[in-house]
Amino acid sequence: MRQVSWIGRALAVCLVAVLAMGAADNNARFGDISHKLMCTCGCGQVLGECNHDGCPSLTRESDELRTAINRGDSDNSILIAFQNEYGPTVLAAPMLTKFNMVAWIVPPALLLLGILGTMILVRRWRERAAAAPVVQHGAAFQSMRDKIRRETQL
Amino acid sequence: MPTFGSFALLLALALASYTLLAGGIALRQLATGARSRVAPERLAETARRAGIGTFIATTVAAIALVWCAFTNNFSVSYILHHSNRALPGPYKFAALWSGQEGSLLLWAWLLATYGFVLRVRHKVDVKLTAYASTILAGVQVFFLLLLNFAAMPFSLVSGPTPQDGFGLNPLLQYPEMVIHPPMLYLGYVGFAVPFAFALGALMMRYPGEKWIHITRRWTMVTWLFLTCGIFLGAHWAYSVLGWGGYWGWDPVENASLMPWLTGTAFLHSVMMQEKRGMMKTWNVWLIFCTFMLAIFGTLLTRSGLVSSVHAFAQSPIGTWFWAFLIVVLSVCLFTFILQREHLKAENKIESLVSRESSFLFNNLVLLAACFTVLWGTLFPILSEYVVGNKVTVSAPFYDRVAVPIGLFLLFLTAIGPLLAWRSSSFKSIRKNFVVPVMAAVVMGIVLIACGVHPWTIFTTDNQGEFYSFIAFSLGALVVTAIGSEFLRGAAVISRNTGKNLFASVVQLTRRNTRRYGGYIVHFGVVVIFIGIAGQAFNQSKEQELAFHQSVNVGPYRVECESYSQDTNPNFDTEYALLNVYRDGKLVTKMAPERRFYSASQQPLTVVANHSTLAWDLYVIYAGKNPDTGQPIVRVFLNPLVAWIWIGVAIIVFGTAVALVPNMSAALAGARVRVPVHTEPVTAQGGGD
Repeated sequence: MRQVSWIGRALAVCLVAVLAMGAADNNARFGDISHKLMCTCGCGQVLGECNHDGCPSLTRESDELRTAINRGDSDNSILIAFQNEYGPTVLAAPMLTKFNMVAWIVPPALLLLGILGTMILVRRWRERAAAAPVVQHGAAFQSMRDKIRRETQL
Repeated sequence: MPTFGSFALLLALALASYTLLAGGIALRQLATGARSRVAPERLAETARRAGIGTFIATTVAAIALVWCAFTNNFSVSYILHHSNRALPGPYKFAALWSGQEGSLLLWAWLLATYGFVLRVRHKVDVKLTAYASTILAGVQVFFLLLLNFAAMPFSLVSGPTPQDGFGLNPLLQYPEMVIHPPMLYLGYVGFAVPFAFALGALMMRYPGEKWIHITRRWTMVTWLFLTCGIFLGAHWAYSVLGWGGYWGWDPVENASLMPWLTGTAFLHSVMMQEKRGMMKTWNVWLIFCTFMLAIFGTLLTRSGLVSSVHAFAQSPIGTWFWAFLIVVLSVCLFTFILQREHLKAENKIESLVSRESSFLFNNLVLLAACFTVLWGTLFPILSEYVVGNKVTVSAPFYDRVAVPIGLFLLFLTAIGPLLAWRSSSFKSIRKNFVVPVMAAVVMGIVLIACGVHPWTIFTTDNQGEFYSFIAFSLGALVVTAIGSEFLRGAAVISRNTGKNLFASVVQLTRRNTRRYGGYIVHFGVVVIFIGIAGQAFNQSKEQELAFHQSVNVGPYRVECESYSQDTNPNFDTEYALLNVYRDGKLVTKMAPERRFYSASQQPLTVVANHSTLAWDLYVIYAGKNPDTGQPIVRVFLNPLVAWIWIGVAIIVFGTAVALVPNMSAALAGARVRVPVHTEPVTAQGGGD
């Protein structure tokens, strides 16, 4: 019990240490948030990666973002402000709100359900196979299988 | 020439319709035993020949359109809008697929070409090929109907003929543009062949798995074309500024990825049907879905359903594609319901820890990846429909949802080859996994020692380093697993024959080209993942450069030697001449430029790229400062990008190996001094 508590404390210390390492400065925040916003010129790129020639929106949006960061606005309030100004399509991915949550949940949920379903199915097949009578292979077959296992080292 | 082309298309439609009708009647008569004035065999033969005729007529139509482009026939509306007199020859040729009508003609022509090969090689299996040919004719009729009545490539301009055309979109005036679309289309269209064989085999209740043997090479070649098409597109996007690097999760890029994912799943799961008679229903639906996704991709590009930088203008032909998709789905469903008894599996999976199981999970993950891409592509429409707001689903969504699925797939790539068919014992798992797992752990430690901090995912929203860390570690796991598979087999041959290890590896590969070719493909996939993982460490700088002023990025110093401008009949250009130094030594000269095309009145930036195995020095001419007249350049240092293209080359090589027939048992026996027994062990032993 004491050992478990010791491990728990050690993990907590590690977590705090890891979190403390991420005191993000303004440039890092600009990098992060600019990858959550779209360039609104219609080029279809995220703001942080828009590199096309003569973009009319890049400078304006970048300046607005820098101003908001320097003002000390939180990430969430910056995203909401951009959404209010340019509409929901300015966000590079749906926020975790109401219906948009569905976008994030459905693919991993389906994958997990699929994995679970497959495991149940395989288990059921295996049980059925175990219940079926075992086919007796001849000695020649067994020696062949042993030889293959030996040669392939499986 | 336009009239001639129009006539050829009409003739092609008539011939394809005849192939469909006569083929359908003949097969029906053969199936029911009904007799008519013309014997069904003869009717089927006329249908086959009409199918060959369709190829000739479609080829003539395609040549007619290219001829119009080369002779500057601007009376043809399509040529007027996609070519001009000053356009270089190769791009005039590329005009065939640069617009909607032309690209549909390319679709129809490639389909006719595949159909031609299939019909010429009909002796492989006359009856099955007749079914496939008739189904293919149905697809051809759809495309030829489109070309004759909805998207006519030879329609004429009204009024006097203009002296010059509007030119080709500058973004398309790039050497890869001449290769990328045909490759992609060869992939898309090619899936029609295994689809036709699968549907035909199901319709005729084809016994056994021979249809899979017949279509195996078709599917692999098609898959290879699609792979090359996708990566040529990625390289094109990388080299032509403004499309977000090599992959932007654009809906049209996604449209090409979806059939690739299901096609990849099919290539894996057919092995289970061949080896163990399992997953028959699954395989049939996988290939049905792959074909439907290829059609859906074309629909996405043309219907204006989603906004995309690649998409053609919104046009009414989207309705045609919807109707076709519904028809295809209905036919597939109807046939499946009628014949589902034929698809009963002969065996079931016996253990969760087996090769079969790993294939099953691999399929599941590939389909989950496909669904994620489809979901992300269509969610904006769903959101608009449900809550009235359109949202954007871009890279951040895929980075968080699709990338982990991709990494899980990479993990399965490592596990699969190490498991035996039917069931693996704990002992063999432990034995096979020790070295690969150790390699992965060592790689992780080395990465952390080199300054990679995967834990930053907990402190920032940047997942790049974490994903890179996982990708490199899993890469080590996969490569070691593959390497151990080669070495284990080669060691046995070496022991028995006395050959050196390299010769043994070659002989091992030749004995089972499909299995070891597949491993080479997996190795290529790992190399691509490594290349993509480098993205987390990209650096960039933007700076205005006066003469002999320089900017430092990574180990390079980029110095402006001069800047100038030039003109030619097709475009005006501005460029900067840059000297690149490393450790004080001149490494290369670069000349990023910005073009302005006269005919289309559109700008284009041409990237200068100095590519090495470690990184790409990628320089963009961003324009001139209007106050100083000096060039502004953006310099990117993109690590490991070259490995993506190397990975593709490895995949091509691996697929080519897998396409080569196995060295015959007799030949192998002659070369190996120890006799090789080929008694019925295939169902038990490994090897795919």
